[in-house]
Amino acid sequence: MRFEADSISVNRGLRRVVQDVSFSLGEGDVLTVTGANGAGKSTLLRALCGLLPLAEGKLRLTSIGEGEDDPLIFREHLHYLGPQNAMKAALSVRENLSFWRDFSGGTVGLTIEEALSAVELPHVADLPFSYLSTGMKRRVAICRLLVSRKPVWIVDEPTSGLDSHSSELFSALCRAHCADGGILIAATHLPLGLGKAQTLEMKTLYTFIEGDEFFDAEEDA
Amino acid sequence: MALLVREIRVALRAGSGALMGVLFFLAVVTVFPFAIGPDLNQLGRIGPAILWIGALLASLLGLDRLFATEREDGALDALVMQPHPLMAAILVKCLAHWLVSGLPLILATPLFGIMLNVSPLGIIAVMATLAAGTPAITFIGAAAAAVASALPRGGLLIAVLTLPLVIPVLIFGITATNGALYDPDPFTEPFLILLALTLFAGVLGPLAASFMLRHSAE
Repeated sequence: MRFEADSISVNRGLRRVVQDVSFSLGEGDVLTVTGANGAGKSTLLRALCGLLPLAEGKLRLTSIGEGEDDPLIFREHLHYLGPQNAMKAALSVRENLSFWRDFSGGTVGLTIEEALSAVELPHVADLPFSYLSTGMKRRVAICRLLVSRKPVWIVDEPTSGLDSHSSELFSALCRAHCADGGILIAATHLPLGLGKAQTLEMKTLYTFIEGDEFFDAEEDA
Repeated sequence: MALLVREIRVALRAGSGALMGVLFFLAVVTVFPFAIGPDLNQLGRIGPAILWIGALLASLLGLDRLFATEREDGALDALVMQPHPLMAAILVKCLAHWLVSGLPLILATPLFGIMLNVSPLGIIAVMATLAAGTPAITFIGAAAAAVASALPRGGLLIAVLTLPLVIPVLIFGITATNGALYDPDPFTEPFLILLALTLFAGVLGPLAASFMLRHSAE
């Protein structure tokens, strides 16, 4: 399986945020997306997930192939870990994870106990999610990627709120995912300690998209 | 199915969303007699309409949390990205919402009906029409909730967007209730139209909501 982007561009409102990004990732490959705050890392990742429309270019997931025009077609094969944890505060950790396992599709991954042990939180399964500390919440959110298996992980600042030991744990999980033939795309400020990563550096753009009739008309008047 | 269980759990756990609706319903129903005066016959005559308006307003209450919470904790992205059609997920969310906030209103109707001197037949008619009509309010409200979920204070907007669209539901709900109570008026026809409205909203509401959520996924 290969995950490829063919000179994709993404707009946010009237601003071009991502311009002509291309990459080609095979099984076991890692792409780290770096750049200053506001350079468009999150925008790029959301566009890769199909949550934002592409202004130009194409995404391809070969060996899945179908429906290149509808980016959401890939969603069955993607795990997206955004800046938020996507867990309900009122439910217990186990209830949260079992919901995502049942709802996410994908092939069966680790059991909830195994996943929690993998992030060294085996004792929290029956606590309400709201009782956990920020870093523990993040580690539980990472478990969502483990309980159902999908080949492509797209993670946005995965280690925010984690101490150095937990970051190390997450790196190990990522290495295991890649060794298993998975693909990882990560936006991060900190090095994840992953061997042969491709790096994509984002630069802040100050271009407005062309043919902006609204503003042109405004200036004429 | 997993979503249905989760939604109901969240609703029951996070502190009585259902009870809030019923309390609001009670407040509306209690205030009306003070405004109208102590004429029991008049109260009995307009009682079904009061019950309907109370239930309508009460069922708008919890709608603002339907998608806003999902957006706040980031679950919305993950919901959109699942292999299931988003529309089906929204339909399930609506169903869960109705079970925890619409159904208690209907179950509370007999008690509130007695407070308004509505006849037993009238109470049964109101319960039947509410059971047929309130799902439509939830479905239409879901579309409004999807629009408002991107805004910080969307609650009022939901009411403003939803109320004009649910007027047909209100009209046919009350027409059917009166049809059951007073002889020359028909019951079956408006009741069937009410059911049709609910089915129609059941398709259109989630469709509109899924469209909104997809395109507001900023």
